[in-house]
Amino acid sequence: MGRYVLRRLLQLIPVFLGTTFLIYALVWAIPQDPFAGKCGQRPCDPSYIAEMSEKLNLNDPLLIQYFKYLGNLLTGDFGTTFNGVSVGEQIATSWPITLKMGIIALIIEALIGITAGVLTGLRKQGFLDNLVLVSTLFLISLPVFVTGFVLRLYLGPQGFDWIDTSVSSDPSIGELILPGFVLGSLSMAYVARLTRTSIVENRRADYVRTAIAKGQPTTRVVGVHLLRNSLIPVITFLGTDLGSLLGGAIVTEGVFNINGIGGLIFRGIQEKEGVMVTGIVTLLVLVYLLMSLLVDLLYAVLDPRIRYE
Amino acid sequence: MTQPLLEVEDLHVEFRTRDGVAKVLNGVSYHVSAGETLAVLGESGSGKSVTAQTIMGILDMPPAFITKGTIKFRGEDLLTKSADERRDVRGEGIAMIFQDALSALNPVFTVGFQIEEQLRVRRGMSKADARKRAVELLDQVKIPNAKGRVSDYPHQFSGGMRQRAMIAMSLALDPELLIADEPTTALDVTVQAQIMDLLAEIQKERDMGMILITHDLGVVADVADRISVMYAGRIVEHADVYELFRAPGHPYTESLLESLPRLDQKGQELKTIKGLPPSLTNIPSGCPFHPRCPRAFDRCPTEVPAVHNLGMGRTSRCHIAEEVVARG
Ligand SMILES: Nc1ncnc2c1ncn2[C@@H]1O[C@H](COP(=O)(O)OP(=O)(O)OP(=O)(O)O)[C@@H](O)[C@H]1O
Ligand code: SF4
Ligand SMILES: [Mg+2]
Repeated sequence: MGRYVLRRLLQLIPVFLGTTFLIYALVWAIPQDPFAGKCGQRPCDPSYIAEMSEKLNLNDPLLIQYFKYLGNLLTGDFGTTFNGVSVGEQIATSWPITLKMGIIALIIEALIGITAGVLTGLRKQGFLDNLVLVSTLFLISLPVFVTGFVLRLYLGPQGFDWIDTSVSSDPSIGELILPGFVLGSLSMAYVARLTRTSIVENRRADYVRTAIAKGQPTTRVVGVHLLRNSLIPVITFLGTDLGSLLGGAIVTEGVFNINGIGGLIFRGIQEKEGVMVTGIVTLLVLVYLLMSLLVDLLYAVLDPRIRYE
Repeated sequence: MTQPLLEVEDLHVEFRTRDGVAKVLNGVSYHVSAGETLAVLGESGSGKSVTAQTIMGILDMPPAFITKGTIKFRGEDLLTKSADERRDVRGEGIAMIFQDALSALNPVFTVGFQIEEQLRVRRGMSKADARKRAVELLDQVKIPNAKGRVSDYPHQFSGGMRQRAMIAMSLALDPELLIADEPTTALDVTVQAQIMDLLAEIQKERDMGMILITHDLGVVADVADRISVMYAGRIVEHADVYELFRAPGHPYTESLLESLPRLDQKGQELKTIKGLPPSLTNIPSGCPFHPRCPRAFDRCPTEVPAVHNLGMGRTSRCHIAEEVVARG
């Protein structure tokens, strides 16, 4: 197992280098003039261009540029934008907000999705089953910005005024619950359906029958024997989903005016702030890779039949 | 006569599905006493497993419906008991082992966990005590290095060892009756014999009642005391093992015995029972065996044979039972 982990970690390195280089190249190699429109209407001052080119290593070949950038990243230096704002600081304020919202979304989708899936999987074709089927279909077919917008409008002060839907610049967990729900809603529908299918498949399994024949209480038959097996695919899905949630936060952040990394990326792309974009995307890649490693390891823990040598 | 441990009387079970009603059990009656092994024999689909599942209370209801009958365990009808009372009987009063131990054991828990679970949840034992007892049980079923293997997962065991582990688990709560549903069918021939020996030994040691379900007559001879032969959801013959092998009392049993390979007939072609087992949605009229019976005569398709008493607890559901048994 230890060797497997080490091997998987080593495997991450080329994947990480490959993806981040690709992003770097896409951002820096394709637009011909990175300074276009950076200095208002007039072309930029040659001395400014020279200074920034030096700072961004733009005169080096692309590969060298990339490795210099990577070297800086390793020391924690994310660089600065064209007007000298520290990208690292920007990320440091936005990242925790998005991460918090992503984790809240993950928890909500897991709790509600799994509960709905288990309840409906155990008793197929009831009222509850139809309700969940229809509502998940609803969630899956609605774009996230519609779900977010509608919820915000109806629950907030302009609607029924049940909750305060505004989110401050340094949001608390409570403020992020509604946005988290919206962010996780699509995956929640998937989790519910995945759990339901898995429960339906496993509930007639021989080992479940054995547990019943042993005279184990129903709560244990379902809660221990059935659930433990049925949740294996669900947990793998949830693990890989955190990355998607963070990457997909941009829409939800827009709807709720949240100061997260989604907004940063959006502005970064709009204003052609290459340093900003590469910095954030690199972080996202890292989250994806680590989560997929975690999922692989978790899989071995959840299903002992899978053993890595 | 002392009261039998388990008494199944006139049990009727049907499955109601979209394709119609399958009458799977049509009046099954058998009984087992403590210290006795009853073999239940019959072709695939004759209802052996369904009877066992009904006794255990693990039948899927629906689609199954128990339409008639009683199942008395220690004199009390299980079918009138509450769900909780029935659950208490499972494992503690009656335990069951299944054909395919690989799928019957939970793949994601260790063998030890699955044995200890019984002791901890049902007996309230501490973790350490349960572990100790689990090792003892694995030792009793002759798993080598029980202490080391208790924390292995089912897939790490060989087929025979897995069935042994399953047996150990079924013994955890010291049941009075053990139902073994084709416990050796999935195993190699040599391993089959070992498992049968183990079951026989444990049964004797603990003075348990045992119901051994099989369609292998060869297995039965050494282990069982009595045999119930099932056909189309009924017991068609019921006899002492020795008596049954000496002189079968039902044409179906006769055919089964003839289909058994024998040393003195080496080289000859084996006789098989002609025709297919009856469809349970459309059971033949009269004697259900009549379309396949070599001795069928005019009364057979119209009259349902009554239970003929052949003495010494021996019964047969055939119009000419006396004639059949006298011939043997
Ligand atoms: N869940 C179910 N739904 C519908 N029919 C069923 C169900 N379970 C069993 N049956 C039917 O009941 C009949 C008897 O099945 P059972 O499993 O008792 O046979 P068996 O004698 O144990 O055969 P085998 O030797 O193959 O194990 C079969 O025809 C089977 O199709
Ligand atoms: S009753 Fe008739 S058909 Fe049935 S077993 Fe006896 S002889 Fe054969
Ligand atoms: Mg069976």
